[in-house]
Amino acid sequence: MTQLALIIDLNVCVGCSACVTSCKEWNTSGPAGFMSDDNPYQKDPNGTFFNRVQTYEVGEFPKTETVHFPKSCLHCEEPPCVPVCPTGASYKREKDGIVLVDYDKCIGCKYCSWACPYGAREIDEHQKVMKKCTLCVDRIYDESLPEAERKPACVLACPTNARLFGDVHDPDSHVSNLIREEGGYPLMPEWGTQPSNHYLPRRKTRFTIHQDELVRVDNPLNKEQKQHHEPVTSPTLDDNSFI
Amino acid sequence: MTTSVIHDATKQPEGRIENKNTTCYMCACRCGIRVTLRDNEVRYIQGNPDHPLNKGVICAKGASGIMKQYSPARLTKPLMRKPGSDRGDAEFEEISWDKAFGIMEERLAEIRATDPKKFTLITGRDQMQALTGMFAKNYGTPNYSAHGGFCSVNMAAGMIYSIGGSFWEFGGPDLERSKLFVMIGTAEDHHSNPMKIAISQFKRNGGRFISINPVRTGYSAIADEWVPIKPGTDNALILAIVRELIETGLYDRDFLQDYSNAGQLVNCDESSEEHGMFVRMQVDAELGCFDEQNQLWWDRHTNKAVRTHTKDADPFLLGEFTLDDGTPVKPSFQLLKESVEEYTPEWAEKVTGIPADTIRRLAHEMGIVARDEKIELPIAWTDTWGREHQSVTGNPVSFHAMRGLAAHSNGFQTIRGLSILMSILGTIDRPGGFRHKAPFPRPIPPCAKTPRGPEGVQPNTPLGGMPLGFPASPDDLFLNDDGSPVRLDKGFSWEYPLSAHGLMHNAITNAWRGDPYKIDTMMIFMANMAWNSSMNTAEVRNMLNDKDDNGEYKIPFLIVADAFHSETVAFADLVLPDTTYLERHDVMSMLDRPISEFDGPVDSVRVPVVPPKGDCKPFQEVLIELGSRLKLPAFTNEDGSRKFRNYPEFITNFETEPGSGIGFLAGWRGKGGEKFMKGEPNPNQWEMYEKNNCVYQYHLPASYQYMRNWNQGYLTWAQDHRLTRYDEPINIHIYSEVLQKFRLAAQGKRPGRQPPAHLRKRVEEHFNPLPFYSETLEGRLTDTQKYPLNALTQRPMAMYHSWDSQNAWLRQIHAHNYMHVHPSLGAKHGFADGDWIYVESMHGKVRCLARFSEAVEPGTVWTWNAIGKAKGAWNLSDDANESQQGFLLNHLIAEELPTNECGEHISNSDPVTGQAAWYDVRVRVYKAEDDADCTLPQFDSMKVLPGMSTRRKWLGYFAGKFDKKGAK
Repeated sequence: MTQLALIIDLNVCVGCSACVTSCKEWNTSGPAGFMSDDNPYQKDPNGTFFNRVQTYEVGEFPKTETVHFPKSCLHCEEPPCVPVCPTGASYKREKDGIVLVDYDKCIGCKYCSWACPYGAREIDEHQKVMKKCTLCVDRIYDESLPEAERKPACVLACPTNARLFGDVHDPDSHVSNLIREEGGYPLMPEWGTQPSNHYLPRRKTRFTIHQDELVRVDNPLNKEQKQHHEPVTSPTLDDNSFI
Repeated sequence: MTTSVIHDATKQPEGRIENKNTTCYMCACRCGIRVTLRDNEVRYIQGNPDHPLNKGVICAKGASGIMKQYSPARLTKPLMRKPGSDRGDAEFEEISWDKAFGIMEERLAEIRATDPKKFTLITGRDQMQALTGMFAKNYGTPNYSAHGGFCSVNMAAGMIYSIGGSFWEFGGPDLERSKLFVMIGTAEDHHSNPMKIAISQFKRNGGRFISINPVRTGYSAIADEWVPIKPGTDNALILAIVRELIETGLYDRDFLQDYSNAGQLVNCDESSEEHGMFVRMQVDAELGCFDEQNQLWWDRHTNKAVRTHTKDADPFLLGEFTLDDGTPVKPSFQLLKESVEEYTPEWAEKVTGIPADTIRRLAHEMGIVARDEKIELPIAWTDTWGREHQSVTGNPVSFHAMRGLAAHSNGFQTIRGLSILMSILGTIDRPGGFRHKAPFPRPIPPCAKTPRGPEGVQPNTPLGGMPLGFPASPDDLFLNDDGSPVRLDKGFSWEYPLSAHGLMHNAITNAWRGDPYKIDTMMIFMANMAWNSSMNTAEVRNMLNDKDDNGEYKIPFLIVADAFHSETVAFADLVLPDTTYLERHDVMSMLDRPISEFDGPVDSVRVPVVPPKGDCKPFQEVLIELGSRLKLPAFTNEDGSRKFRNYPEFITNFETEPGSGIGFLAGWRGKGGEKFMKGEPNPNQWEMYEKNNCVYQYHLPASYQYMRNWNQGYLTWAQDHRLTRYDEPINIHIYSEVLQKFRLAAQGKRPGRQPPAHLRKRVEEHFNPLPFYSETLEGRLTDTQKYPLNALTQRPMAMYHSWDSQNAWLRQIHAHNYMHVHPSLGAKHGFADGDWIYVESMHGKVRCLARFSEAVEPGTVWTWNAIGKAKGAWNLSDDANESQQGFLLNHLIAEELPTNECGEHISNSDPVTGQAAWYDVRVRVYKAEDDADCTLPQFDSMKVLPGMSTRRKWLGYFAGKFDKKGAK
């Protein structure tokens, strides 16, 4: 069974928010209709976004890490948002594991958003339906797009390629390899939701200096020694030998 | 909204779809984009996968272009200030373009016929300088300045005067091959997508990334190591590293010997007029702008002086010697060694706050990686001395820096220091190090020069030189006979001799004061001088509105060209509504700042993908029209008739001189598009760009891609294709004879032009031919007991300068800014995270919100740049977060230094280049009283102007149905 998902590499995410607005621009004109923005030019602008980047500081100066953390629907294997839906609008596709909302059935009761431990759902106040990441289901199967572009908008946009897309059930897929080899982890697995999206942790490259690397025989300073010296004026054996 | 919710999640909504390629301009990066339209409205903007710059990616700004296009802050009509209203009141009436042109034509023709320097053109955009600069030159005014003067001219000048190239458009770190990458200071908003792509690949390739920055945001977040540093002390760190590299022998001796002036002998006879100059086989008169190869080395084998690059000679880089005529001489590398002697790691620790052991380790990491991780590419090439090389080698240590180093008054020398660090590691134009981009490298300094005196400015005559240039000696300064500046901003005078981009941050103050003279008309394009582009913002706003005793404005006429309802528009007498980037033709030209790649020249164009809104007119077209009406030579046929109908026709047909074959665009030249770089105009050039993703890229042969300062093949190619005048080697200036010429003049040892008495010490100190550390000018003049902290801005990746305050999506990421402070400051001064505080400098104070952060050096406070806006501007409501919780740091920063031994009204700028010293300000912080419930200062609300659309209470953007719905 296919399970499509995003792998987010925190080792290269610089928190630029390209994924945030690319998602918005693609989806606001998509099959689900607009994604509204309240107070777009007033106090406290607040709109519907399927994907947001949160930034955290970890540790104390000077040992501080600044972590950029993009978050969207994790397309759980056991999505808690599905069973709580009173109308059956919230569902998980068998075909590819994408969790979707059927907007015709959604009554905007918000049960699903209360059930989601990740805060990944957003009610659209003007359409009165619950919305969330669809993994750009309207792109990834669209044969009118070049094959290389049949990917979620956030993945295409990401300048650091921190967002990778694929089938996490296929053990040979690039994303499965990354999860296995680079320490990919799900968010809050203790809740039994089995998120399909995974995160790759920060990795550090360090450099070890060996003392002998600082004292090499080919040290260029050696070349600066003068090769010719003036004759000495004090006595030498040259002047006093009786041979 | 009637858009219905659709059940089928994969079905695309109905509508007529079109795709068009063009070039982004949501920031200065200039990525290729593909714009999808649905029923003529923008449905999707994606990175063009076939574009060499961004390779398909896009950033948060680029993906939000839709909200710029349909912003209610857009101006749509030419506007004239209502008679009787004051500037700043924003009381305007609509006029026709014909009337607007008539007003400008009459006024500018009169000025041009009498005293052309009374017209000043300021452009906040410096990627169409080829057009704006050419307009100014043709008009005949010296008073043209560009964004670089207050942004990063120190970076451009510091590196160009050292290695013949610079970061961003002109060169950068080769992260594909690099193994150690060091980024110093804030640099997020220049070359942003290419840098993001490259840093990610670099990290995945196992490279090590060190970030040196007072603040850990942006790219620094993913650095393997963050080294916090006190602002403005970068050169103390850099020179301590240079010292350690020399002490331990971790420098690339072979590279320095062959490719720099490290081994060249400097005259050390203090009594000589030639003191500090290279000894030459013969001293020629003016040589133009290249190094005559007639300096001397001291040869190790023969123990005597020989001409540089004598076959089999092997120069000493260290030592002291005496020429046959008794002249004491030293190789310039010896002088460098001596000059950094005092910069021990322990000394630098006290200045920078970085532990001495860390400084040593950084030096050792750089030196060992450069030496032991060498790259060798099997690429044969020939150097300018005729030596054939079987391979290209590289030392894979690379650097990147922009404003963090540049925006200090010691920035020029700091960037000289960085250039020298990069050079002694042997990393210039080599794989894994720094690599040039065409048209660089250029001679040191480049050939462009301003006029030298007032005779260069004549009525009804083009300027007798370039409006901006690169002086090679005091003789190249632009001075009146009495030594006073010819330019309004005092650029290229003894106050700021190498001000290669001008000082637009002083133009308004100087014009208001009438020092050095009064002007008549100031035209401001895309520069928000009444807000975030000015230092001392509140006073500058007053100056724009100030009148003399006769009730006349001190700056009589202000023309503002802008696409949006910016703060500056309120002060205009005449407003010209510009288009957005999606509505116009435009070029990223080889004549100013193209988008070249390491492996060859690249330029590109914009083409309109949607029609202009209302009566908007591209500023390009405004200049063509004005130039034609004023009959400026570049726009006029010999019989006096108009030469070009419009901008596209101008771009196609313009040649730098008749028959030169050099124009704005390098691609598809020649009658059939068969030539590049140089060739006769091609009537179908625009179409050919359009068919090719709006970009032209040329890949140099591999043997021309490296070591270009000394690569005979490349230099000959560059000369053949007219990128450069000379094919002489461009040796790295470890020691700057150019600077020494200014110093000798200041010391009274050089015949010819000399600085006025009050500037002698300043010029002598700062025109040190070797980089040195000095405290910033503002720091020296501040009571640092009272104002102990440094205050900085950083650049958010999702917002570029002020351009997107009206952007409904981007303002949801940054609607207001905080002052980020280390918690220890809160503990000391009794305020908590989220409290209102005052931040005060000796020039003023702002009331703002504090945000505690552990990711900042505790002696530094910082905020995001240009998020705060004036009330009502950009068509935001009066209670919008930008004005009520957001703030500008600019209110704390003066455009002039306090009166000091160099005189009054000296710019708060680098004394070499005139670069605005934004990051020098010193402050203190304390808890704010309960005196307001918003940030302070506040300004009267800016009115909505005629022709602007109403701001909606909520948006539901859906391409194809949006504008038809009208305002809600």
